[in-house]
Amino acid sequence: MAECHPVGFQWVMEAKARGATVIHIDPRFTRTSAVADRYVPIRAGADIAFLGGVINHVLNSETYFKEYVLAYTNASTILTEDYADTEDLDGVFSGLNREDRFYDFDTWRYQGGDVRPASGDRSDPDERPHVRGRVRQASRGEAHGSGGAAASAWPETDDTLQHPRCVFQVLKRHFARYTPEVVEQICGVSQEQFAEVCRLLTENSGRDRTTAFVYSLGWTQHTTGVQCIRTAAILQLLLGNIGRPGGGIMALRGHASIQGSTDIPTLFDLLPGYLPMPHAWGNEDLDTYVRAETVQKGFWANTRSYMVSLLKAWWGDAATAENDFCYDYLPRLTGSHSTYETVLAQLDGTCKGYFLYGQNPAVGSANARMQRLGMANLDWLVVRDMVMIESATWWKDGPEIQTGEQRTEEIGTEVFFLPAAAHTEKSGSFTNTQRMLQWHHEAVEPAGDARSDLWFTYHLGRRIREKLASSVDDVDRPVLDLTWEYPLRGSLDEPDAEAVLAEINGWDAEQHPLSAYTQLTDDGSTACGCWIYCGVHADGVNQAARRKPGQQQSWVAPEWGWAWPANRRVLYNRASADPDGKPWSERKALIWWDEEKGRWVGHDVPDFIADRPPFFRPSEGATGPAAISGVDPFIMQADGKGWLFAPAGLVDGPLPTHYEPQESPFPNLLYGQQHNPVRQLLRHPENRYQPSGDQPGADVFPYVTTTYRLTEHHTGGGMSRFLPYLAELQPAFFCEVSPQLATERGLEHLGWATVVTARSAIEARVLVTERIRPLEVQGRTLHQVGLPWHWGPNGYTTGDAFNELAHLALEPNVHIQEVKAMACDIRPGRRPRGPALRELVRRYQERAGITDETGTEV
Amino acid sequence: MKSRTGRRDGGKQMVPEAEFTSYYGRPVLKETVWEADIPSYLFLGGLAGASSALAAGAQLSGHPELARTAKVGAAGAISLSLAALVHDLGRPARFVNMLRVFKITSPMSVGTWLVSAYAPLAMGAAASTVGRKLPRAGLAASAGAAALGPAVAAYTSALLADTAVPAWHDARRELPYLFVGSAATAAGGLGLLAVRPEAAGPAVRLATLGAAAELSAEQLLDRRLGPEAEPYRTGRAGVLLRTGQLLAIAGTGAALLGRRSRAVSALAGATLLAGSAVTRFAVFEAGRASVRDPKYVVGPQRDRLDARGG
Amino acid sequence: MAAEARALDPAALAGHRDHPPRMGFFTDTSICIGCKACEVACKEWNAVPEDGLLLTGMSYDNTQGLGASTWRHVAFIEQPGADHDGLRWLMSSDVCKHCTEAACLDVCPTGALMRTEFGTVIVQDDVCNGCGYCVSACPFGVIDRRPSDGGAHKCTLCYDRLGAGLMPACAKACPTESIQFGPLDELRERAGQRVAELHDAGRSEARLYGEDPDDGVGGAGAFFLLLDQPEVYGLPPDPVVTTRELPRIWRHAGIAAASLALAAVAACVSGRR
Ligand SMILES: Nc1nc2c(c(=O)[nH]1)N[C@H]1C(S)=C(S)[C@@H](COP(=O)(O)OP(=O)(O)OC[C@H]3O[C@@H](n4cnc5c(=O)[nH]c(N)nc54)[C@H](O)[C@@H]3O)O[C@H]1N2
Ligand SMILES: Nc1nc2c(c(=O)[nH]1)N[C@H]1C(S)=C(S)[C@@H](COP(=O)(O)OP(=O)(O)OC[C@H]3O[C@@H](n4cnc5c(=O)[nH]c(N)nc54)[C@H](O)[C@@H]3O)O[C@H]1N2
Ligand code: SF4
Ligand code: SF4
Ligand code: SF4
Ligand code: SF4
Ligand code: SF4
Ligand SMILES: [Mo]
Repeated sequence: MAECHPVGFQWVMEAKARGATVIHIDPRFTRTSAVADRYVPIRAGADIAFLGGVINHVLNSETYFKEYVLAYTNASTILTEDYADTEDLDGVFSGLNREDRFYDFDTWRYQGGDVRPASGDRSDPDERPHVRGRVRQASRGEAHGSGGAAASAWPETDDTLQHPRCVFQVLKRHFARYTPEVVEQICGVSQEQFAEVCRLLTENSGRDRTTAFVYSLGWTQHTTGVQCIRTAAILQLLLGNIGRPGGGIMALRGHASIQGSTDIPTLFDLLPGYLPMPHAWGNEDLDTYVRAETVQKGFWANTRSYMVSLLKAWWGDAATAENDFCYDYLPRLTGSHSTYETVLAQLDGTCKGYFLYGQNPAVGSANARMQRLGMANLDWLVVRDMVMIESATWWKDGPEIQTGEQRTEEIGTEVFFLPAAAHTEKSGSFTNTQRMLQWHHEAVEPAGDARSDLWFTYHLGRRIREKLASSVDDVDRPVLDLTWEYPLRGSLDEPDAEAVLAEINGWDAEQHPLSAYTQLTDDGSTACGCWIYCGVHADGVNQAARRKPGQQQSWVAPEWGWAWPANRRVLYNRASADPDGKPWSERKALIWWDEEKGRWVGHDVPDFIADRPPFFRPSEGATGPAAISGVDPFIMQADGKGWLFAPAGLVDGPLPTHYEPQESPFPNLLYGQQHNPVRQLLRHPENRYQPSGDQPGADVFPYVTTTYRLTEHHTGGGMSRFLPYLAELQPAFFCEVSPQLATERGLEHLGWATVVTARSAIEARVLVTERIRPLEVQGRTLHQVGLPWHWGPNGYTTGDAFNELAHLALEPNVHIQEVKAMACDIRPGRRPRGPALRELVRRYQERAGITDETGTEV
Repeated sequence: MKSRTGRRDGGKQMVPEAEFTSYYGRPVLKETVWEADIPSYLFLGGLAGASSALAAGAQLSGHPELARTAKVGAAGAISLSLAALVHDLGRPARFVNMLRVFKITSPMSVGTWLVSAYAPLAMGAAASTVGRKLPRAGLAASAGAAALGPAVAAYTSALLADTAVPAWHDARRELPYLFVGSAATAAGGLGLLAVRPEAAGPAVRLATLGAAAELSAEQLLDRRLGPEAEPYRTGRAGVLLRTGQLLAIAGTGAALLGRRSRAVSALAGATLLAGSAVTRFAVFEAGRASVRDPKYVVGPQRDRLDARGG
Repeated sequence: MAAEARALDPAALAGHRDHPPRMGFFTDTSICIGCKACEVACKEWNAVPEDGLLLTGMSYDNTQGLGASTWRHVAFIEQPGADHDGLRWLMSSDVCKHCTEAACLDVCPTGALMRTEFGTVIVQDDVCNGCGYCVSACPFGVIDRRPSDGGAHKCTLCYDRLGAGLMPACAKACPTESIQFGPLDELRERAGQRVAELHDAGRSEARLYGEDPDDGVGGAGAFFLLLDQPEVYGLPPDPVVTTRELPRIWRHAGIAAASLALAAVAACVSGRR
């Protein structure tokens, strides 16, 4: 966190100054480790085993927060008899379709009277397995960024937690094998260190104390990424650390406003506010869409209002009840169209044009070579960036030109480069990891031809609409009917960003700004561009621009920026009070029930129905918010509870399981199942995988490499490698290795090393450092190779791009690449030049016996 | 990383303490930005200053030939010396900024004023002897130059000593004597080189006195600094210093023995001049060496601190 | 000389009347995270040029040290230590010390180096002639001459920002408040408390560096909390301003000059006899 979020890290340092204990778990000793109280080196890709071990410890030692677990989680919920766990099936769950590589989640269900079918069924009405598989792939899981998935609202429970099929018992059985010995064997973490972490975590959780987890890509960029966060979520629920001040799980996010770009997404499978993108199979009209995506209980029950208001924001007067509010204008998914599938589509010629707005896949995306090969197969490519990034210049000087595989004259892609304005040259909002929007004001107008992305998008749309103005073709209606009027400002005709914010916030039939999403209706009288952001422009005031200093307000600082939803700073904060509505402790009081006022009051905005008393119990059959009981803090969840067991929403299992990374020098010690069975593999000759574990040839790649960022550089390097002040701070691409590995492989400090995988070979300068430690894993010494991935061939400091080495094996819920754990070889010296480079890779493939099938087993 | 912690060599010439720590073996202090210009300046300034003194003495004691040579030499040397000084500036055009202020805390300021006062006098003196004009003014100029000359020759020792450079600062006691000695050797040398042996008596004696002063100052320095004189003993500086000593001894010897031979005497003069120059370079190099290796900075300070119990 | 400087404040000594309190830095290296924001902020604000693209292999320090084009420098030291199973990674942001008795200022022959009303030491670039004297005089190896323009450069303690009531750029950018800016008196007090806190927490290795008005430079205007000996960070353990010795140096130079005059006389006179 100190490395990549140094500004946020000030709060960690402040907490530390106030007595907090900081534990850092990372394969490398980083700037975070340097100031942490405890540093735990871990094998890359082994975090589920580690956290699973802690869960096992917490359950065995009964150090979980009993009242909290019983009242606020689904621990007591009973599962159906059909459910079979990894314990029963050697590492897979019931419902695995091996043929088409997906899970049917019918069996991962709560037991309960008139249970409505689980959401999976509702969104996958097609019975044909391959169709269901494709729908699964289209990330239904990601649709839950702001809340839970569908599940039965009135399941059977056992408050004694003794029922053999209750979640609590299932959990116990599931994690029983994650013993300290196993943790040691899998993670390379000594039992003493592990015990110490368990002790610190449990001692610091309970009524009086809370522990926060902070994670980022070390957990996510794995074929098991989402399940890793799930493991932490289970642990935090068990320890009672969710919905309480100082608790929670904080996802440190990436680019400025990457949170904003999932809220109002740049993702193929989402609409604003985590509304799922309609699928071609199953979401034929608004009614079926709403039925499929709506849950019985809680605020997702109002999906229709959110969706209709969104359609009204986009299509205004054209959206009427008669035409389903233009629901048909929305594009439909037919499967996964993540950035990586798009590359395959480019390679096979289906995708012919490509816009790159602030993205540098030629160095930043996994298997960078495939990215370039894909772009070389386009008709046109538009790059909008501030500098001449590799994605704009590969056709004249990219690695494939260097190896002689491509010749500039033979590349048919027409490449347009359009200079982009920087954030200082435009106004807009950033949404940070705390879900807080902060407004930034244009400081200067962009120089030269540079324009903001808002300018470009708006004026592109305007011109297209002008060109289509006389069209009578129905296919053009969605474009022509868009509400596309924004005030223009300044000499460059910059659209007013605040007008866009106002539209996102929404208005009622009289065009008055709305102030809360609870005002949204499904009759077309309200318009709202993103329901969770409703209120950011309440009273016509830009709430995101508020900057009242912290000293001038309460410790929650509600008047700095604006956090969705409803300016709440801690989600699910009903859980900060006990079932009777009293704070668990004075020290950790956040909101509580005020009997006299008949309301929830406190420091934060209550994330609960303001006047619903703790003792309220809904009548059987109630729906939506009315069905939330006084002890259901998780108001977005279908059952109001925190999910230890996830009956829906995840495509790869209701409980986390340790699987080895796609490429690992080790077999899975826990189960016969080596990998996540439903990990997403993209088969292509340029994307061959290596053998793993005990498979022959695995020893050709005996080391584990992981990638990471340096404080001094930013991602693909467009914003740092080109700047002298940053380039000079880390002026060369390097790899970090332990002294032991350096000796083993003859690597010299400041010399060169070549790192090889089945995809490519890259060279880097060598930094020998004690900060990288060999680990004892499964009875042998494992060396890890650290590689920062910021470099590429252009800019002021140049170097090979790590992503030449990376494969495309994706996490199945959110399609993230596995660039945090990969097997590799390392050798001294520089890599070969010209055609010899491909030859070296071919020889490695040959030595390891790699074919198109290697590594693709379920 | 490799040289994160350096260890002091246990060799007998070395600083005895067992260990010292540094930041990757990097210098703690900044190496001087001065280049060959500065030791040349030291040498030439010394030559000029001592020559002016010698000239006055020679004139008064009836050695007109020597006096003339010394005056001309002083003028030439101070001109070259000034050129070297200006050339060494990062911004030579701003040399005159030196005359914005007078600071007693800055030997360079004091020196610049000194030289600024001295140089015209030395040149006037030379012009008057060469042109045989304005004898009265020439006399005054010679007297002035002679009065300031020794200061010009000596202040450069303060210039070096008043720095953080260990080899220079630590030598602050001996450096003035070493420098005036060296200046005297040079002035004597010049006399020997340019004047008939018969007329160069004072030059021989001055050179002898100078060499004696120089060599004793070096001895004293070596003894007083003990292990910390290492930069003067080792490396390039060591070689230069020993060469300088040899040249001084050889030059003095030749001067004393070869009084009757013009050639021997000229050679002796050249040797003495060279010796003086080499010695200046030796001191300069010792300073550089003492900054380049952090042990010379850290070691003594650490010892001092440890001795204080800090 | 030392005693006077200790008692008086340098701005007043330099002739500033009714000057603001002496401002300085307390850099608490125990909370530095090595983000180098200070380095970059300094360069941005002061338009200091880039300083070379060398991979040094000195941990994450590719800046190497303070210099004409680096006015803040973050040191990285990987060392065997008590923390984390025997590994410690120290980070520390170094800067000009703005000495109470500043050798650079003392020796500057042009008056380019001056004491500001805030008690800080700055170079007036339009006066400096690049004589380089300050470079060899600074006991901390801070100031240096920039080859590209021939002038000497170093931290100004953001004189222009201070004048406008702003905090120096480096301190402003520092996310952890490792760099604390303020009136020197307050900083010294705060630093004392911080060390006491750390000692109470069992971190006996914490120590202050440069805060003592009785030290060799009369106390630094920018001082530090270190976790190891100063030399580990590339700092001199016991720097002394060179000009403390200057009176004695002048005396010896004077005697030497007189001796030279005498020698010249003696050489001439003795020959006549
Ligand atoms: N300076 C800087 N800041 C940035 C960025 C940048 O490029 N530069 N990028 C921004 C973006 S886009 C993002 S997404 C964030 C990312 O922020 P982070 O996720 O913090 O970034 P990374 O450095 O990629 O990875 C974090 C750490 O994970 C460790 N790690 C690798 N594999 C594993 C593993 O299997 N388990 C565990 N426990 N740890 C592992 C790495 O050693 C590394 O220290 O940072 C943002 N902030
Ligand atoms: N091996 C490996 N690969 C990784 C990761 C990893 O940890 N390891 N991390 C992954 C992660 S988390 C991320 S987020 C991606 C990042 O990788 P990319 O998404 O490719 O992002 P960047 O390299 O940051 O490219 C962003 C570009 O946007 C430009 N830019 C900046 N501001 C603007 C603007 O306002 N408008 C426009 N049009 N352009 C702008 C910048 O100049 C820069 O070139 O990389 C991923 N790839
Ligand atoms: S770059 Fe921006 S977002 Fe990232 S840490 Fe610095 S201030 Fe925060
Ligand atoms: S540290 Fe050096 S440059 Fe800074 S004030 Fe002191 S003597 Fe001058
Ligand atoms: S280099 Fe400039 S600042 Fe330094 S002493 Fe010389 S004139 Fe003064
Ligand atoms: S005070 Fe100003 S000039 Fe000095 S280091 Fe900080 S930013 Fe740079
Ligand atoms: S900005 Fe602060 S935390 Fe970052 S390196 Fe500088 S002193 Fe350390
Ligand atoms: Mo990211």
